[in-house]
Amino acid sequence: MSTVVERNGPRIVWRAREDTAGRVRFMTTRHREILMSIFSPLVVLIAWEVVVRANLVDARFFPAPTSIVGTFWALIRSGDLASAVGVSLTRIGAGFLMGAVPALVLGLGLGLSRMVRAFANPIIYALYPVPKVAILPLVMLIFGLGEMSKYVIIAIAVFFLVLVNTIAGVVQIDPIYFDVARNFNASRRDFYLGVVLRGALPAIFTGLKLAMGVALIVLVTAEFVGARSGIGVMIYESWQVFAIERLFVGLVVVSFLGYVLSLLLDELERLVIPWQRDRR
Amino acid sequence: MLDDVQIVVEDLVKRFTLPTGSFVALDRVSFQVREGEFFCIVGPSGCGKTTILRILAGLETKTGGDVAIHYHANGRPRSAMVFQGEAVFPWMTVEANIAFGLRSQPMPAATRRDIVRYYLDQVGLTPFARAYPYQLSGGMKQRVSIARAFATDPEILLMDEPFAALDEQNKLLLQQELLRIWDESRKTVVFITHSIDEAVALGDRVLVMTAQPGKVKQVVPVDFKRPRHIPELRRDARFGELVYDIWSALRDEVSRARESRGSARGEESLP
Repeated sequence: MSTVVERNGPRIVWRAREDTAGRVRFMTTRHREILMSIFSPLVVLIAWEVVVRANLVDARFFPAPTSIVGTFWALIRSGDLASAVGVSLTRIGAGFLMGAVPALVLGLGLGLSRMVRAFANPIIYALYPVPKVAILPLVMLIFGLGEMSKYVIIAIAVFFLVLVNTIAGVVQIDPIYFDVARNFNASRRDFYLGVVLRGALPAIFTGLKLAMGVALIVLVTAEFVGARSGIGVMIYESWQVFAIERLFVGLVVVSFLGYVLSLLLDELERLVIPWQRDRR
Repeated sequence: MLDDVQIVVEDLVKRFTLPTGSFVALDRVSFQVREGEFFCIVGPSGCGKTTILRILAGLETKTGGDVAIHYHANGRPRSAMVFQGEAVFPWMTVEANIAFGLRSQPMPAATRRDIVRYYLDQVGLTPFARAYPYQLSGGMKQRVSIARAFATDPEILLMDEPFAALDEQNKLLLQQELLRIWDESRKTVVFITHSIDEAVALGDRVLVMTAQPGKVKQVVPVDFKRPRHIPELRRDARFGELVYDIWSALRDEVSRARESRGSARGEESLP
């Protein structure tokens, strides 16, 4: 406790608040944070269950979580779920690679050359806003109803997002790094891989993450329209035969897929961009 | 021309063209730098001193005049630059940054590692070899930049206000460190600064520039003996005198430049 100098005048004393550094805590802030984020979905699920059991919503449209779990289990045991997820994941993976790799190479080139950029920009920005789903019929016409049309439509969606973000990533690299590379006679390899690519990587990852979200949308849509298997087909068929529980299983799986894929990208980002401050 | 002259700049002119018109950044600048000399260029911001350095480094073209560098083509790079501000690659470790200039020189990997290790030690960053720049202070990053330039063993070191962003204590430490490392190799150095104090403390000669357009005002020899101890040097009365002389030469120019700029603004505001 600090001593207060006695003075004439109004006797109001203000003291700084004490912090909690001295106290022993049951859990660290991080642990409490984790607990909170586990807790929140649980609250939603419990509320849902209660609301259905109390007959406040129509159980035909919103089956209780417990009844969905049963269907979930049955689908897992029959292997239907695994094969649907496998098919969809393959489409995402192939489409993602087919879109992201050329976008990356092209984006680095476009980012470096102002003239080429001036030439290509009108084309890119005319095509970029077209809803990718709108060209799905054209893609199916060209590539048929097989797997290739799914790969291609996902690739197109991924391509533009990765391209635009890669260009932006290269353009925002501080020119001083190009000067350093020139001054120290960097080889072509060191220049493209060591300076340009690495400098643009944070922006490239922004593009990849956005692309992953869009890829899921396009995947499910493409499967609704013209596919015989996959998670989108599972959802669509459930609607047609009014298998509401199965429909919800499909929704849960899609959202879980999105979640896992974005976690994977986050982890990959941490691996290949070790020079960024921990953004926790 | 003297035998040991390494850099010859004669009537160098640089004109920049902007959408709003062109302006002369360098107006018939001439000077010579001897081999092994520590040559400082001092002047107010906007006098074109960085432009001179960038032209010497081959990063910028000249409009007129002649710039020639005599060098022994023995596999060593012609020049290496320590840039102003943050120029270490944030995505490379300290080690990788220092090794960057060496990658273009053919040598066994072990030799390269030894050189990197030597300069890591020279700038006192051995414990931080694997660290990334975001984990370093401003002074440490500038040490990396200096080590990167020295490691390539260039004929000429070009330094563009390398300590401008540092606090006073760090600046002094790094100046002293630079002199120590330089003493071992005695490379030709062209060092740009806006600090008269720094120029006098480090240089063998100081070129004083005036601004708008950038011109040579005078070249002042600084004949303190080496190795120098900067804090001791600062106590020397001759040090203060030199700094004062250069400042007097610059003062008229600075106020003149300010007046002309003020009147230009005044004219613009007229209807």
